[in-house]
Amino acid sequence: MIQLTLDPLNPEEITTGMRSNANGAVVTFLGTTRDSFEGKKVLRLEYEAYEDMAIKKLEEVRQEIQDEFTLEDISICHRIGLVEIGEISLVVVVASPHRKEAFLACQKIVDRVKEIVPIWKKEVFEGGSHWVSCEDHEFETPTSQHSV
Amino acid sequence: MMKIEATFFALYRERVGKRKHTVQLPENSTVSEFVSQIRQQFPLMAPPEVNIVVAVNAEYADPGDLLHEGDDVCLIPPVSGG
Repeated sequence: MIQLTLDPLNPEEITTGMRSNANGAVVTFLGTTRDSFEGKKVLRLEYEAYEDMAIKKLEEVRQEIQDEFTLEDISICHRIGLVEIGEISLVVVVASPHRKEAFLACQKIVDRVKEIVPIWKKEVFEGGSHWVSCEDHEFETPTSQHSV
Repeated sequence: MMKIEATFFALYRERVGKRKHTVQLPENSTVSEFVSQIRQQFPLMAPPEVNIVVAVNAEYADPGDLLHEGDDVCLIPPVSGG
């Protein structure tokens, strides 16, 4: 299952849906929102997506990993919009006959999601905010443009 | 000339101040020429030294790809899902 949603994610439900007698292993990964950035207190996170392409790329990641490992099934669910601290932003579930492939595949899926899926995370902290991974986009002049 | 509607996301959307903007380009313009025009119109969108990633019709595009009227062209800042 591939899902992009504004609603809270329910990992138990997603995991239960992946159980089958053909599997010896089901690995679930939860990405959760952290409360600090370089010593600053993060108040909340805001996720934005290019939705059509994000769904397409999530499906591409699912297919790529499914082909690489011997797996029964994969679910990748990403939350977008406002996500409070401590909530779940990403659920990846991998079901496989064997645990080794399930662990490896799960890690690789998370890496690929972070590399190619057009979703952006903004950390909002006291006195400002920034888009994660956009450090190379800071201007080096005194009239620096910050995404505040 | 052809009209291309550009869509900005996240950091680019905030810096440009809007989600969509239409640009006029000669027929058979490339992605690279499109980016040059965007950089000219919005110099504060990204520093000149960084590469700007473009998606055409929901797929990552190469600088030499040709654009066509009606293409869905999006400017993709560094992604940070998860």
